[in-house]
Amino acid sequence: MATSAAQAGMIGALAARFRSCPVTGLQIDLAAERLIKANAIAAVVFLAIGGVFGLLVALTRWPAVHLLSSDMFYLVLTAHGLDVLLLWIIFFEIAVLYFASAILLNSRLAAPRLGWVAFALMLIGGLLTNVAVLQGDSSVMFTSYVPMQASPNFYLGLILFAVGALIGCCIFLGTLVIAKDEQTYEGSIPLVTFGALTACIIAFFTLASGAVILIPTWLWSLGYISHIDTVMYKLVWWGMGHSSQQINVSAHVAIWYLIAAVTVGAKPLSEKVSRGAFLMYILFLQLASAHHMLVEPGLSSEWKVFNTSYAMYLAVLGSMIHGMTVPGAIEAAQRKNGYVNGAFEWLRKAPWNNPAFAGMFLSLVLFGFLGGISGVVLGTEQINIMMHNTLYVPGHFHATVVTGTTLAFMAVTYLVLPLIFQREVAFPKLARIQPYLFAIGAGGISLFMMGAGTLGVSRRHWDITFSDATLAFDYPAAAFLMLGLNGLFAILATVGGALYVIIAVWTILFGRRVTAENALAALGPMPPRLQVHTAVAEYGSAGTWHLPGTYILISVFFVSFVLYYFVNWKYLSELWPMG
Amino acid sequence: MAEPTAAPTARERVPFMQRLLDNPFLLLFLGVTSPAVLYLLWGVMELSQIPIAR
Ligand code: HEM
Ligand SMILES: [Cu+2]
Repeated sequence: MATSAAQAGMIGALAARFRSCPVTGLQIDLAAERLIKANAIAAVVFLAIGGVFGLLVALTRWPAVHLLSSDMFYLVLTAHGLDVLLLWIIFFEIAVLYFASAILLNSRLAAPRLGWVAFALMLIGGLLTNVAVLQGDSSVMFTSYVPMQASPNFYLGLILFAVGALIGCCIFLGTLVIAKDEQTYEGSIPLVTFGALTACIIAFFTLASGAVILIPTWLWSLGYISHIDTVMYKLVWWGMGHSSQQINVSAHVAIWYLIAAVTVGAKPLSEKVSRGAFLMYILFLQLASAHHMLVEPGLSSEWKVFNTSYAMYLAVLGSMIHGMTVPGAIEAAQRKNGYVNGAFEWLRKAPWNNPAFAGMFLSLVLFGFLGGISGVVLGTEQINIMMHNTLYVPGHFHATVVTGTTLAFMAVTYLVLPLIFQREVAFPKLARIQPYLFAIGAGGISLFMMGAGTLGVSRRHWDITFSDATLAFDYPAAAFLMLGLNGLFAILATVGGALYVIIAVWTILFGRRVTAENALAALGPMPPRLQVHTAVAEYGSAGTWHLPGTYILISVFFVSFVLYYFVNWKYLSELWPMG
Repeated sequence: MAEPTAAPTARERVPFMQRLLDNPFLLLFLGVTSPAVLYLLWGVMELSQIPIAR
């Protein structure tokens, strides 16, 4: 008697904790949903702040404008890197982890209260570091290389933020355990969740490296430790700094699969192959951290070449596999949706006016062509030397982390708004062009920074005219042109980014509520004969390799890659003429 | 579609790769050890062998 009453009470309590998703039928844990919302909102706020800083930096590097004073330039550059690279990206990633575990596995979230502790730590840490930077005595860039010293709160904020993020990762793992125990899914976890697991694993190494280096550095800034070795600092710091970029790659690849599954019903071509590619990431991707140490004395060529060549190529192989299987999965699904003519009908008739799809595909193409190719060039010990510490480096990573990760996160937002916030996306016409605007702007700044870097312009440099230097130096006129174009495209990227922020915030505050009737329509235009609506939460492959269009796209990619790679070796041979 | 998702029968052995990929904590162990040894430990060993200047 007593037990059945207790059971009834429990069932009631459980029912109150869940709602049923009108599109997928999944049970959605309301506690997980609230945490996803909070983390996503924090992410967007920091993107807005950091994006404005980015514009200010770009306008300063445009010699004709040269907006900020030198002091302000380095302050703003520090804040820019911090707010976009750490706060925007990692807050969003925590939201992705909760989504990929609790929501996709149809499970309750492990320890939601702890989730709020994690959120509070991250928020307080992020604010603390921001305040320290804005106070002006911590303009050390986000890399904070010793012996440059920031105020103690700069490091303390980062440490609190990292501890919060680590708790978030533990909650993700805990949720995997709960879902398995309570058998909320069958067989293996879905591929998107596996991608999120990859991101989470890399995050553990990242955050551990961060703790190992930032805690002593904090104590050093307080005066408890007298000396920190500069090269040792750099080595361990990049264990965090670079690996965190690989969290981004894993997370945005998982999101590519997710968006492809929801908007065109794509299933992975082969679960085995895609999971194998993620395994390559888990084992090898983090070793590429060594490319930041390529010109450092004291480390052997064996260490450099092993970590950046042999190991990194295995990880690059993983990326190439995803770069092929994502478009391949889309092609396979679109052929099922009825677009079977020629090599490219599937692509032409893809839902290009759905901002989630458009953003995802642009992210895929730009990440591969701009970010991927330039990354391999920079990661090669010999040709790295031509571009090391030039603007080529920010050019490369704006292609990866902005046109790749940021654009993918923006794209998935157009699904998260209706599915999690249960609001129809506001200003649908503007939303439709937003990914294109941002992609063109961000693609432009990547290309023109790479262009300026190829001409030798340094990164993190306030005045390339050297106006008050004792020794004069002139860059070619083309370098000034590149920086001017960079400024123009920075304005375009800012407009695209601002549109995103406005649309997201407006939707959350004033968007029309999504109901069972309009839930599917709220996800944006999709192929009229879309077959699969639940591909995202299931295990299973597409079961076809008839993909002529994808094979053509891949060939174009390889030819560009090989040509560009060898052009750089040719440049290198001209740098030091022999004989 | 092609791959079976049903639980394997008692006699059927789950392939090694599948057992690896279905075990998040083993993956976590591998993903942390690999860079900790090959990047960090090896790197720290080389740096600590540099003689101190006097
Ligand atoms: C409106 C969009 C953006 C513009 C116009 C922009 C522009 C720039 C410029 C001009 C630099 C300075 C390069 C230098 O002088 O060395 C820079 C640095 C940087 N940006 Fe952006 N950016 C934007 C968005 C982003 C986003 C979304 C991210 C990350 C997700 C990002 C990450 C970084 C990082 C990590 C640095 C390096 C800071 C440093 O060297 O310490 N940027 N950005
Ligand atoms: Cu890196």
